[in-house]
Amino acid sequence: MTCDEAIKLMDGYLDGELDPITSQTIEQHLRECGRCDQAYKTQGSLIRAIGNATPYFKAPAELRERIQSSLRKETTGQPVRNGVRGAQVQFHKRQPEPRSILSEIPWNWLGLAAAIILAAVIVLNVVPRLQRPGADQFLATQLIASHVRSLMANHLTDVASSDQHTVKPWLDTKLDFAAPVLDLSGDGFPLVGGRLDYLDNHSAAALVYQRRKHFINLFIWPTTPVDGKEQKIVEREGYHLVHWADGDFTYWAVSDVSVGDLQNSKQLFEGQVLHR
Amino acid sequence: MALLLNAEHAFGLEDFESTAKIVKFAIVPKKHEEPDQSPKEELMSFEAAMLPHLDAAHNLARWLLRNEQDAQDVVQEAYLRAFKSFGGFHGSNGRAWLLTIVRNTSYTLLKKNHAVDLTTTFDEEIHGSGHESVSPATILEHAEDAELVKQAMDELPAEFREILALRHQEGLSYKEIADIAQIPLGTVMSRLARARDKLKEYLAVRMSK
Repeated sequence: MTCDEAIKLMDGYLDGELDPITSQTIEQHLRECGRCDQAYKTQGSLIRAIGNATPYFKAPAELRERIQSSLRKETTGQPVRNGVRGAQVQFHKRQPEPRSILSEIPWNWLGLAAAIILAAVIVLNVVPRLQRPGADQFLATQLIASHVRSLMANHLTDVASSDQHTVKPWLDTKLDFAAPVLDLSGDGFPLVGGRLDYLDNHSAAALVYQRRKHFINLFIWPTTPVDGKEQKIVEREGYHLVHWADGDFTYWAVSDVSVGDLQNSKQLFEGQVLHR
Repeated sequence: MALLLNAEHAFGLEDFESTAKIVKFAIVPKKHEEPDQSPKEELMSFEAAMLPHLDAAHNLARWLLRNEQDAQDVVQEAYLRAFKSFGGFHGSNGRAWLLTIVRNTSYTLLKKNHAVDLTTTFDEEIHGSGHESVSPATILEHAEDAELVKQAMDELPAEFREILALRHQEGLSYKEIADIAQIPLGTVMSRLARARDKLKEYLAVRMSK
């Protein structure tokens, strides 16, 4: 790890929001680099000082009363106009007209509308989604998002172990299927751990492999009727996705490593599944 | 019905890529299962769930608006909004949900007052000179001066005040902050780092005066 990288990740490290592996790398760097260690101590003190010195504005008692009384009026359906300053405070009857709902709280109601549509489209599976190009992109987006999320903020693995006999039983107890878990460290893809994920409307196992300094997320779930059987290589936003399926499971490997490396890991994994 | 919906809305799939929205879809079945509560029961369960977060709501609004009266108005409005959409809330994190509404309501008012200073235009003339000579140790000494820190924090742009209050006063996780501020998880860390750097600069400037 370079000093630049360490400084960039310092706040996340001090806030305890990095995954264990990155944290360890930083700790190691701090032991070796006096300047970064000094920066770490200063930043840590500053963070503590901000927490201690900034005033916390507790709500005054009359605000609670004001809110409770306006909520009471709201439930009894009386329109309320009180003398609150400014035009920003607007009260509505219990059932405002639809147009005003949309303009008032669009993120909520549109979310609900989106939810219903999404539920209809995904849950009912009337048309196999993966046969449409848009749907494939949709899944790819989810996979990449999940991969990226896993690399930041403390959530690379739920169970950190390079031992497949630790990771597999852990995943088995959490999932309603028994995903194959294989360590490929002999071939340059050490297993880092496993994680539960939720993708494409079902639970998935995520196995995390390391390839040099990069991570590969291998998502596994039992093949559903909408999952394509054919192999696929997708490149998007600088990430590579390799998809394959066997009799039982659907696999998606996601990483920023080269397609060659990803393909290689896929072949190793497939090979070991066959020879188990 | 399903076919109709699907045919009508399939083209819109691209619009719903965000995983945040998929989480929302999980609440839909529950909504229909739950028996309708009487308005009074609804009010009681709303108050039981949300009033404990009144201090958090007020604190966030106060930091965002920098004005006690505005903060109180916004919190009251936010509680009414929250109450109206409470039927759709089935998550476990009531505080984060309420703070999201407080935050959005605050920004609505800030925008109305043209007081949104989302992106900082750091004034080199005022802030740029002098502070380089202030050592980290001196900054730390003064960082314990509550009034000084408050003044420096009030000078920061809204998005920095917001993230510092959420992290340092509410002690929220990056994930919760990402949800409330509606920014990607990765942005939380970088914005927090920038906010702290900026605060350090402002403190240094105040000290060198």
